[in-house]
Order: sequence, then structure tokens, then C-alpha cells
Amino acid sequence: MSAVLDVFTLFTVATGAFFFFAGTVGLLRFPDVFTRLHALTKADTLGLGLVVLGLLPQAPTLLAGFKLVCVWLLVLLSAASVSQLIAHNARRSEQR
Amino acid sequence: MADFLLCAAVFVLVMVALGLVRILRGPGDADRLMATQLLGTGGIAALLLLGAATDTDAVIDVALTLALLAAFNSFAFIKAANSTLAEQARTERDL
Repeated sequence: MSAVLDVFTLFTVATGAFFFFAGTVGLLRFPDVFTRLHALTKADTLGLGLVVLGLLPQAPTLLAGFKLVCVWLLVLLSAASVSQLIAHNARRSEQR
Repeated sequence: MADFLLCAAVFVLVMVALGLVRILRGPGDADRLMATQLLGTGGIAALLLLGAATDTDAVIDVALTLALLAAFNSFAFIKAANSTLAEQARTERDL
């Protein structure tokens, strides 16, 4: 049982790290502010979500696992709002 | 398992360091703010991985604080940038 959980952690954290890599490549290589915003928000939030999911079996207590999920929810909400604000600001400074 | 989690944390930190190039090159304020967002999210991921690798529970509280501060940082930056834009629009209209 513990071996299955370890394999699950391995795969999920590796996939999360790959999504971080994809998000960084998108941030560096995409041509436009808005495409870069897409890459950053989606890939990084997904990467963090997968990392948190992979760390949940390793959490020592239930409270630690609950705090992990809270961290992920907070990042999700703040990334969603901030991406809208950044896009609005970029649009306004483009139109001038 | 701890070695793998440490490697993953180092990998995420290297990605964040690469993303900071956008602060140097980004042709606008939004790009630089996005690189700071990456620093926040990547830092949270690296902290959580390090905490799981060294069996430290308190690191999750640090990651929670970092998430909150990163959110406030972005909101404050956007507020300042918007007031600068409004001021510039006002001076252009007055001219």
C-alpha cells in the first residue's frame, strides 16, 4: 500500500514539475503579453495542483493534508483574479 | 523518496530562475509582474516539496503566508499601475 502511494507521489510530482517547465517555456517564448499570461496562469496553477496532490499521501497528519489543500485553493483563487487584473491593465496600456 | 522530492524542488527553483529572465527582457510592466507571479507560485511549490522531503510540517504554514503575500503583492502592483495609467491619461487629455 505504501509502495503504491509512493509511486503515485512520484508520478504526480514529476508531472507537476513538467507543467512548471511548460509554463516557464511559455513565459519565455510566447510572442505576446496575453499568450504569456495564459501560459503562466494555467500551466503553473496546474503544476502546483499536481504537486500538492502528489504530496497529500506523504502528509503526516490530516491537518497537514488539509493545509496543503488550503494552500492550493488560495493560489488558485489569487492566480485567477490576478490574471484578469493583469490582462485588464495590459489592455489599457496597449490602447493608449 | 526524499531525494526525489529534493530533486523536484531544485528543478522548480531552476525553472523560476529561468523565468526571472522575463523581468530583464519583458517589454512592459505586466511581463515583469508575471515573472514575479511565477516566483511566488514556484517558491510555494519548492517550499512544499522541501517540507515533505525533510519531514518539516511548519513549512506548509510558510507556504500559506507566501501565497497570501504574493496575492497582495500583485494586487498592490496592479493598483499602482492603474493609478499611473489614469494619471497619464489625464495629463494627455489636459494637453
